[in-house]
Amino acid sequence: MNNLFQDANRQQISGRRRNDLIWRILFLGATLFGIVALSALIITIVTDGIARLNPDLFTNYPSRRASASGMKSAIVGSLYMLCLMAPLSFVLGVGAAIYLEEYAPKNRFTRLIQLNISTLAGVPSIVYGILGLAIFVRTFGLERSLLSGALTMTLLVLPIIIVASQEAIRAVPRARRDASFALGATKWQTVSRSVLPSSISAIMTGVILALSRAIGETAPLIIIGAATYVAFLPESLFDTFTVMPIQIYNWIARPQEAFQDLAASGIIVLMIMLVIMNVAAIMLRNKYQKNI
Amino acid sequence: MNQQPPKSSARLDLTKGKTSIADKIMPVLLFLCASVSVLTTIGIVYTLLSETISFFRIVPIQEFFGSLKWSPLINPKSFGIWPLLSGTMLITIIAIIVAVPIGLASAIYLSEYASRRVRKIVKPILEVLAGVPTIVYGYFALTFITPIVRSIFPDTGVFNALSAGIVVGIMIIPMISSLSEDAMSAVPDSLRNGAYALGATRFEVATKIVVPAALSGIVASFVLAFSRAIGETMIVTVAAGSTPNLTANPLESIQTMTAYIVQVSMGDIPHGSVEYGTIFAVGMTLFVITLVLNMLAQYVSKRFREEY
Repeated sequence: MNNLFQDANRQQISGRRRNDLIWRILFLGATLFGIVALSALIITIVTDGIARLNPDLFTNYPSRRASASGMKSAIVGSLYMLCLMAPLSFVLGVGAAIYLEEYAPKNRFTRLIQLNISTLAGVPSIVYGILGLAIFVRTFGLERSLLSGALTMTLLVLPIIIVASQEAIRAVPRARRDASFALGATKWQTVSRSVLPSSISAIMTGVILALSRAIGETAPLIIIGAATYVAFLPESLFDTFTVMPIQIYNWIARPQEAFQDLAASGIIVLMIMLVIMNVAAIMLRNKYQKNI
Repeated sequence: MNQQPPKSSARLDLTKGKTSIADKIMPVLLFLCASVSVLTTIGIVYTLLSETISFFRIVPIQEFFGSLKWSPLINPKSFGIWPLLSGTMLITIIAIIVAVPIGLASAIYLSEYASRRVRKIVKPILEVLAGVPTIVYGYFALTFITPIVRSIFPDTGVFNALSAGIVVGIMIIPMISSLSEDAMSAVPDSLRNGAYALGATRFEVATKIVVPAALSGIVASFVLAFSRAIGETMIVTVAAGSTPNLTANPLESIQTMTAYIVQVSMGDIPHGSVEYGTIFAVGMTLFVITLVLNMLAQYVSKRFREEY
């Protein structure tokens, strides 16, 4: 009787152990799925695109013939876009974060701004494109220009930059501020000479990551009317332009196989640019971390 | 030696004079920076609302929500939103079917099973998946997933909801796995240890202790991922087609709300025309749905949070 009970108990335990093992393997499999998907994506793009990854891609303008086509105007357009967006979104985003963390009174209006920022972060990017179309392109009369695009993308990345900067500023220990005040510093002196230098590394990391997201965005710029065929370099803020993701989309949308492969080559260039930005963000963080 | 104190006090006065101006101006400037985000929201709501209202002056709202046909660019014109809504829902449901089990299982593995070293390697890889531009996913759907789908279901067209939905699902996996994992690692170890002391296996601890305790965060991550899938644009534009189609068949070509907005924007539409108005009416529908979902996610994670 006692033996029977022990057997049943042992059986129950070994059953639960087996169950645990099976689920462990399933969970591991699910985790590997993401890695397998990423590998498949990279392998597909590299095998399709490596053949056309030659200097022509960087020096030629888009053309009707796939063999002569390049993405010079798109690469330059993306770089211009980056140069316009970076200072704008940095100043506005970090400024807003400093206000919310250091200056804002704890009242209903501040809570409203905070709620508003987290809501904006969840708005689909295409809606920012619609906003840009109505406000910058039509109301301000900026047309389908580089400036319209940069302003639209600035609004898109602003919530991400504000949230990242707020976290960075909040991580600065209270003691640093107290020490600064104890030396007789004013609020702004404390913020600009103690809080900001302590948090700038984390802020910059957040800014660069947000900008790298913007460089890969396609939809909002299609909505505001960035052109898909641009055979010149923009010379002023008010010129039409194109960017890498839009050029890639244009090539994907064509039925010929040669253009599909060209799209893969373009994707390789875009992804390399994103990797460089991400590595820069990490290196910057490490460098500043040593200084503090 | 004696001259030094006055000198330094003079310098102190100078800085004081300078900073008092900065201390007056900076709060105002910083406040203006913060108010840009409020203006953005007002801008979004105002433009969507005003253009949608003028659209409904031409196209009655009964037709927008009553008609089952969407063909605003070809005669006879018809403005029923349902085919676009059903297309969006079809993509989203496929994406959720892919992403919820895989995302949740990865979160459980990373939070409950994986060693610290494995977690340190795997988490950044999943984060890379979240940083891949959506146009790249679109290419992947069209050139890698679609041929696989077509080899299994030979009647499938080049553009179909299934391939696009699967890839949208892959795109939102990291969102579910990382947010759910955050929620699970916030569950205190004392709860786990209590269960282990009673002889529970890892699987039992994960599913009967940790997941229920972190449920609010997990559900919130599902809702956010759902909202993200609805707003996704380039994958569906590239791979799902441009046929507004009231169907539940994932092998057919469909059109989502976002893909429609892109399609209209690619053409040269005159400002103020009915076609121009459709961008805002469809955009408004999209905005309202995602806004409601995001607020729901915030509500769920606050209201049902278990505090320890």
